[in-house]
Amino acid sequence: MSHSDKDHPKLAEQFNADEPRVDWHDETLWWVRVKRDKAARSIPEWEQLRETASRIKNNVLANLSEYLIQFEEQATRNGITVHWAKDGKEHNAIVLGLLQKHGIDRMVKSKSMLTEECHLNDYLQQHGIEVIDTDLGERIVQMRKEPPSHIVLPAIHLKKQDVSDTFHEHLQTEKGNNDPQFLTQAARIHLREKFLTRRAALTGVNFAVAETGEFVVCTNEGNADMGAHLADIHIASMGFEKIIPQRRHLSVFLRLLARSATGQPITTYSSHFKKPRKGAEMHIVLVDNGRSTQLGRKDFRNSLKCIRCGACFNTCPVYRRSGGHSYHTAIAGPIGSILAPNLDMRKYADLPFASTLCGSCSNVCPVKIDIHDQLYKWRQVLMKEGYGSTIKKMGMKGMTFTLSHPGFYQFAGKAGRWAMKAAPFIINNKLNPWYKQRDMPSPPKESFGEWYKKNRK
Amino acid sequence: MSNRDQILQTIKNNQPATASPLPDIDFPPDVSKPACDKFIEALAGIGGASHLVKDYEAINAIIKTAYPQAKRIVTTCAALPAGEHLSADADPHALDNVDLAVITAHFAVAENAALWVTEDIVQQRALPFITQQLAVIVKKEDILNNMHQAYQRIGAEDYGFGTFIAGPSKTADIEQSLVLGAHGPKTMCVFILSGK
Ligand code: SF4
Repeated sequence: MSHSDKDHPKLAEQFNADEPRVDWHDETLWWVRVKRDKAARSIPEWEQLRETASRIKNNVLANLSEYLIQFEEQATRNGITVHWAKDGKEHNAIVLGLLQKHGIDRMVKSKSMLTEECHLNDYLQQHGIEVIDTDLGERIVQMRKEPPSHIVLPAIHLKKQDVSDTFHEHLQTEKGNNDPQFLTQAARIHLREKFLTRRAALTGVNFAVAETGEFVVCTNEGNADMGAHLADIHIASMGFEKIIPQRRHLSVFLRLLARSATGQPITTYSSHFKKPRKGAEMHIVLVDNGRSTQLGRKDFRNSLKCIRCGACFNTCPVYRRSGGHSYHTAIAGPIGSILAPNLDMRKYADLPFASTLCGSCSNVCPVKIDIHDQLYKWRQVLMKEGYGSTIKKMGMKGMTFTLSHPGFYQFAGKAGRWAMKAAPFIINNKLNPWYKQRDMPSPPKESFGEWYKKNRK
Repeated sequence: MSNRDQILQTIKNNQPATASPLPDIDFPPDVSKPACDKFIEALAGIGGASHLVKDYEAINAIIKTAYPQAKRIVTTCAALPAGEHLSADADPHALDNVDLAVITAHFAVAENAALWVTEDIVQQRALPFITQQLAVIVKKEDILNNMHQAYQRIGAEDYGFGTFIAGPSKTADIEQSLVLGAHGPKTMCVFILSGK
């Protein structure tokens, strides 16, 4: 699906056409955020863990080239073949080359946002290779010819009747049977056949350890493992910033990742791939695709610390009410809005404005990325670089307001953070400028100021 | 210059010059509750079941009654008489009809109910994923407190493949309703061997 002529406000408006669905989307993601809070609170040293993770990642950024060389050395020693790709095109060509070398024209793939970023599926299809996404959410959106709308919850924009209709069409499931258990079972049978018959599997990478040359893939479904352990060739695609220095550092990241993502104490599977299986091949493709440029941008390099947990999506009032597709880029949400303009300022000039700068994203980020500050800085860069007119043309009502009233948002952010703890319903409704702009709810019985005065004690 | 060298050179030029020393990882374990109790609680929270047992005989007895439907039972635990023992050379595709796999774990982690399993003890990497149901045996004294202790225990161990398994395979991709048994095991049960 191409959104090339669309910008965030227009696409958000489309998403908002179905109001009950938007409400559901908003509430469901908020519920995930609440689960995250509960998981975080169960760990007394949570803040110290975040600080530690952030400092490990700072160390990674400062020594990235050295760690990558070390990783390559170790992985090669382990029998893994390491490839380097400077952009998405090269990455795709490497994958295609490996498949062609083995005479393979069908592949299973587990979740990898990098391959979304590189548009691998389209490319392989054009070259006669069939790719089956095996993460349930990704398989659903793949059947519907849609991109994922969330990095952790790819089909969060859909309701169960949508999934039921899609499966009825593609898997001939009983029409109108919307039971998630039934639908999941149908997908299990459908995908098991694929796992058993495909000779190549591609997975993403959550962490790669410089010290040992191993990489870790986390899933709940077990699809990365089902694919990789049954295939003759396992290709792992990885943005080079996924590197961490030592194996023991995994303890910090594995404690943070799932708790931040879904509130689980850990994903069901955290698989450490160190050597290829006997008789099988293992390849890893290290991809740049703009990352080295971002590394050179002092104000934005911290975005490379991201571990793709999705917490900043779930907490973001704009994301929750505009949906992932309104960001027209592979990685949506607050972090995507920082990463995308690095790749193409003109095309993604709208995204840093898709935020209230309330700061909630920065507060939940497990590696302490200053997300909302970076969004603010991107706005200034984009104006200075002459994209002001592009932005204005988009007719962003809310945005012009943001630009002329930065103080308001700073205030709203602070108050919002406080209120979110005390009374989340206020954020979800009256204080959320997105909500206001959309449908002008009936005015609150007392203004926020009055309410605040009365309730602050 | 090759691609690789070019990428590495740009990274080197662009990486921050400020030194950022690695932090200490020093998190004291939470000892408010015995590790075993915490593990059982955490496992229940992620959809797993547990049995405290005193020996392998007890495990055998439970397997016989708890999995009456299981036709093909595979075990990689030498001490267990029930079940077919697996060879490392078997074709993993042939495991598709395994109803129950009984494996051992090196250790368990109380904070998240994860069990550490490596290739050498499962024989076949695919086994704990492809089986319809999974049972894991762990010694009670091998239940560690948190993930930091876990990696201390793993240390510099060499393995081809290792994985933390925490509960049955699951998904919530359809309207966030939790369904157990996505692609892997639909149930998971842990036998905690107490030795007494
Ligand atoms: S920026 Fe932080 S919160 Fe957002 S996905 Fe990345 S790690 Fe998670």
